[in-house]
Amino acid sequence: MSTIYILWLRQLKRYLRSKSRLVGSLAQPLLFLVALGFGFGPVYQKAGEGSYVQFLVPGIISMSILFTAMFSGIEIIWDRQFGFLKETMVAPVSRINIMIGRTLGGATVAIMQGLIVLILASVFGFHPVSWAMLPLAIFAMLLIALFFTGLGTAIASLLQDMQGFQLIMNFLIMPIFFLSGALFPLKGLPAVMDTVTRLNPLAYGVDAMRDTLINQTYFGLGLDFTVMAIVTILVLGVGSYLFNKIQI
Amino acid sequence: MPNIIEVKNLTKKFKSFTAVDDITFDVAKGEIFAFLGPNGAGKTTTIKMLTTLLKPSSGQLNIDGHSSITDQDGARHSFGIVFQDPSLDDELTAYENMYFHSVLYRVPKQERKKRIEQMLKFVELWDRKKELVKRFSGGMKRRLEIARGLLHHPKVLFLDEPTLGLDPQTTNHIWTYIQELNKKEGITVFFTTHYMAEAERVADRIAIIDHGKIVIIGTLQELKNKTGKNNLEDAFLALTGKKLRDEEISSEEIMRQRRAFRHH
Repeated sequence: MSTIYILWLRQLKRYLRSKSRLVGSLAQPLLFLVALGFGFGPVYQKAGEGSYVQFLVPGIISMSILFTAMFSGIEIIWDRQFGFLKETMVAPVSRINIMIGRTLGGATVAIMQGLIVLILASVFGFHPVSWAMLPLAIFAMLLIALFFTGLGTAIASLLQDMQGFQLIMNFLIMPIFFLSGALFPLKGLPAVMDTVTRLNPLAYGVDAMRDTLINQTYFGLGLDFTVMAIVTILVLGVGSYLFNKIQI
Repeated sequence: MPNIIEVKNLTKKFKSFTAVDDITFDVAKGEIFAFLGPNGAGKTTTIKMLTTLLKPSSGQLNIDGHSSITDQDGARHSFGIVFQDPSLDDELTAYENMYFHSVLYRVPKQERKKRIEQMLKFVELWDRKKELVKRFSGGMKRRLEIARGLLHHPKVLFLDEPTLGLDPQTTNHIWTYIQELNKKEGITVFFTTHYMAEAERVADRIAIIDHGKIVIIGTLQELKNKTGKNNLEDAFLALTGKKLRDEEISSEEIMRQRRAFRHH
């Protein structure tokens, strides 16, 4: 337990200390929100779909969680580079606990990030249907955060250095984001797109966020949570396995 | 004296390359043991196996009676290590790095603060305890790592090139601490270095490894006698030849160099 706690605490301290990272990671969602939200707003309105900002905010929150969580997982490569990973690897604690602590830390940071975006979005005119649904929304955030921290950890366990990072960014993170329905409604998509989005775990995460925050859903909250829970457990399993096999 | 480190027929192969080739040696309790060799001879690979970071291809190794293969946690409790490269968290303070270590090694809660204070004072960093490690110089980081490596009362301290890149003052300080510990608490010290004078000055026994094999082991006097040379440097060159060694560098090393380049 204490191992998990101290690794969790470390992630949190690192996050709160790097002010530039904090500001940087908020600038992007804000830009998306303002540029896309107000840019596409009028067209969306004319199409009879209501407020685009309302629609967009759950997607943008999911996006910032996706990025923050992935980066937290991938941070293992930095720890490898700066040597700190060795300190944890020679310690007489199980690697599973190290992995759990890191993942929970990364997920906590990602949820904090998501909540900050939610608060900022409220300033720009976003209002959830009911604040009473907030706990469920946070649960959705937790699932997204855990899944992507686990995914980042799994990938980082396989990589020796940051060389492959651009590839991951362009061929994994970006497609996951753009094909999740974070920016557009999933209904009425061409068949290929529809299939791709159905295979994208984030699509269920975004849908859960949208259901809990603005009461709009495509898959239904039950399916969203079931799919997210299953893939999260799977990816954490794979992540632990790969993390356990790291040799330095 | 009982042996605290026992290595038997240890071998490590990376694909077709044999980094460590069937080595056998012991280190007695309370010894200061120097492990020397040219670049790429297998020093760091051996230390990584002793400290559970790498799995051997075959062979056995015990630290204080705990197998580094089958009883990793037992072995891990018995040693402290200062790596060749820094392994501190730069974004944490000196104190936080120590505290983190004390939790991982389950130093009892009531003892933690006292022990951290004692160790930080020992390496003369107590006044800087609240500073972020990224503001520390190379020598300060090394001292902090030594303090951290000793925090959990290990029986063996591994030092992989502990004085690399440090000025003579810091080097002298570091060895003064370590020799003091060795005398007072009987900690066994296992270290690698490229500075022959350093090994001559502090080591009780010396082993030289080359091409993954131990070519000689014994006291300084024994090494001199066997090679017929009158200092360690000449003995070392006589045993390992004068040819330059090109070591393959790790990907971590490549990354660090790239970073250093960008920062200039």
